[in-house]
Amino acid sequence: MTPTPREMDSQQPLLEVRNLVKHFQVGGGFFGGRPGIVKAVDGVSFSIQRGETLGLVGESGCGKTTTGRAILRLEPPTSGEVIFEGRDLATLSEAELRGMRRRMQVIFQDPYSSLNPRMTVGQIIAEPLAVHGIVPDRAARAERVHELLRRAGLLPAMARRYPHELSGGQRQRVGIARALAMEPRLIICDEPVSALDVSIQAQIINLLEELQAEFGLTYLFVAHDLSVVRHISDRVAVMYLGKIVEITDRKSLYEDPQHPYTKALLSAVPIPDPAVEAEREHVVLGGEVPSPLNPPAGCVFHPRCPIAVAECRTAVPELREVKPGHQAACIRL
Amino acid sequence: MEVLLEVRGLRTQFHTSAGVIRAVDGVSWDVRKGETVALVGESGCGKSVSALSVMRLVAAPAGRIVEGEILFKGRNLLALSEEEMRKVRGREIGMIFQEPMTSLNPVLTIGRQLTETLEVHLNMTRAQAQARAVELLSLVGIPDGERRLRQFPHQFSGGMRQRIMIAMALSCDPALILADEPTTALDVTIQAQILELMKSLSRRLGVAILMITHNLGVVARYADRVNVMYAGKIVERGTAREIYGNPRHPYTLGLLRSVPRLDEPRRAKLRPIPGQPPDLSRLPAGCSFAPRCAYVVDRCREQVPPLNEVSAEHVSACWLAKDLPRLAVASV
Repeated sequence: MTPTPREMDSQQPLLEVRNLVKHFQVGGGFFGGRPGIVKAVDGVSFSIQRGETLGLVGESGCGKTTTGRAILRLEPPTSGEVIFEGRDLATLSEAELRGMRRRMQVIFQDPYSSLNPRMTVGQIIAEPLAVHGIVPDRAARAERVHELLRRAGLLPAMARRYPHELSGGQRQRVGIARALAMEPRLIICDEPVSALDVSIQAQIINLLEELQAEFGLTYLFVAHDLSVVRHISDRVAVMYLGKIVEITDRKSLYEDPQHPYTKALLSAVPIPDPAVEAEREHVVLGGEVPSPLNPPAGCVFHPRCPIAVAECRTAVPELREVKPGHQAACIRL
Repeated sequence: MEVLLEVRGLRTQFHTSAGVIRAVDGVSWDVRKGETVALVGESGCGKSVSALSVMRLVAAPAGRIVEGEILFKGRNLLALSEEEMRKVRGREIGMIFQEPMTSLNPVLTIGRQLTETLEVHLNMTRAQAQARAVELLSLVGIPDGERRLRQFPHQFSGGMRQRIMIAMALSCDPALILADEPTTALDVTIQAQILELMKSLSRRLGVAILMITHNLGVVARYADRVNVMYAGKIVERGTAREIYGNPRHPYTLGLLRSVPRLDEPRRAKLRPIPGQPPDLSRLPAGCSFAPRCAYVVDRCREQVPPLNEVSAEHVSACWLAKDLPRLAVASV
């Protein structure tokens, strides 16, 4: 039997990002201000296999959210390639891109602002089904909406409610149902649980995992919470000032972090147990993340790095394999 | 140790068109001299309203303190005149909030904001206040104070602004600081810096801290004693080691089980608390947590459980407190 095209490309990653760059021009406009370039994403490369979850972690301003937006072309990348299901998105026509977008959905951090307050939950989920002609028949569409709500852990009766009548966790479930409606292959989850209370966070994380198993979804999970990222990810990439500083599988990253920034990040996460905390060694990182308008020369992390040497001020470290399957960007390793 | 702040039977309500919201529903807790006490719970549990009540900053006319006493150094703050209360705020009790940008005046220099408090509360001259302000900035780890004092809030990063808030809170040598989610808006590496700073200052200056947070990890690292709040009530209180090592309330147990921990082997599945917190204007009869509780019995739906002693310094408002499984056993 000859393999179908899908089986053939199943060896290929679902998403491949090559040297992605997103720079923003600031200042110099009508209101003046010093013109400059914010290097939000500065040469990021990674790939995600089908059914896999890649966690993308880092602190605010590291470029993790912009990376997600650039992949979706919500912010057209400055340069670099985004290859989804074997096709470079930059080469697609508008119509082709629209079709492709169906297959890559996004769930946002703040379900409050990503749902239209004047539409009922049912309308919010039904709209893309109608617009993309996925379920053209009205009655069938209502049935599909109910099914999606159930799948996201909500009662079908919720379809008649408005977003403001729902709790934060319920709104996030609506956001998930809306993403699922498009039958996507890839979902970019941008801080999907950070605005939720801890008892609700676990509900949503479990839901995302169930849906992944059921529909064979692939996730790019963008978050700052390292404990949550460890729980949900197969592989993890750590970003700092627009660059990936370390990327490897979950186990290797958390059990044997290599980059000094990753080590400091992990050490800064408080463990909910005073007995453990009392014994733990804490590396408190000095200073703050420099402005991406004017990133340091050499290694961007060198001003805060506990093991920096003179060379770090000039040499830009390449992301390279420091252990089998474990890449880090540090010349000291 | 000597009790500094004692809250007794505090009830704070908000009267809205949707009904009476019982935000804080008869809570009692205290803070002793020099210690760090946490009020921990999820959004809407009443932890922030508790702190606002202590400062008498609950927004009138909707919000009002309907019952209770707030004894600070033995004086009932609820009985003070507004004039007297103003002298307590900022001078005897300092405050730090979550978002420093909204608590700092954007059109005044940092220097003006720091010296104003000193001039008003401590009757310092401009020059004295200026010198003290430089000293305060260096205390919170901001070098080059003289130049920094001439700058405006937007010229500082989030972490630096929070340091300025701490300097302001400390400016009049208060005995107590109320810190409402002081690091929630900050990145994890900056959060670590700020919390270490607060801890060392509290030790050095002997100032007590009431830390209000939803972050169980922060509480574990920095609090001496912990009050867990749910739906306007304290459901469990104890030393941090007791609360985390031997939780005796199903809500505390549920919270600790639902968070993934970096120091534990990764679990296949998280164990969330089902459902969501109740509507505070329509609280169920009996225990407010009963609808979400895995260990609920008939009695829980009828009678509100009081805070009963589990061991010395450890109380829990659960009828089954002594029969609950242990955290370690349960999390396998």
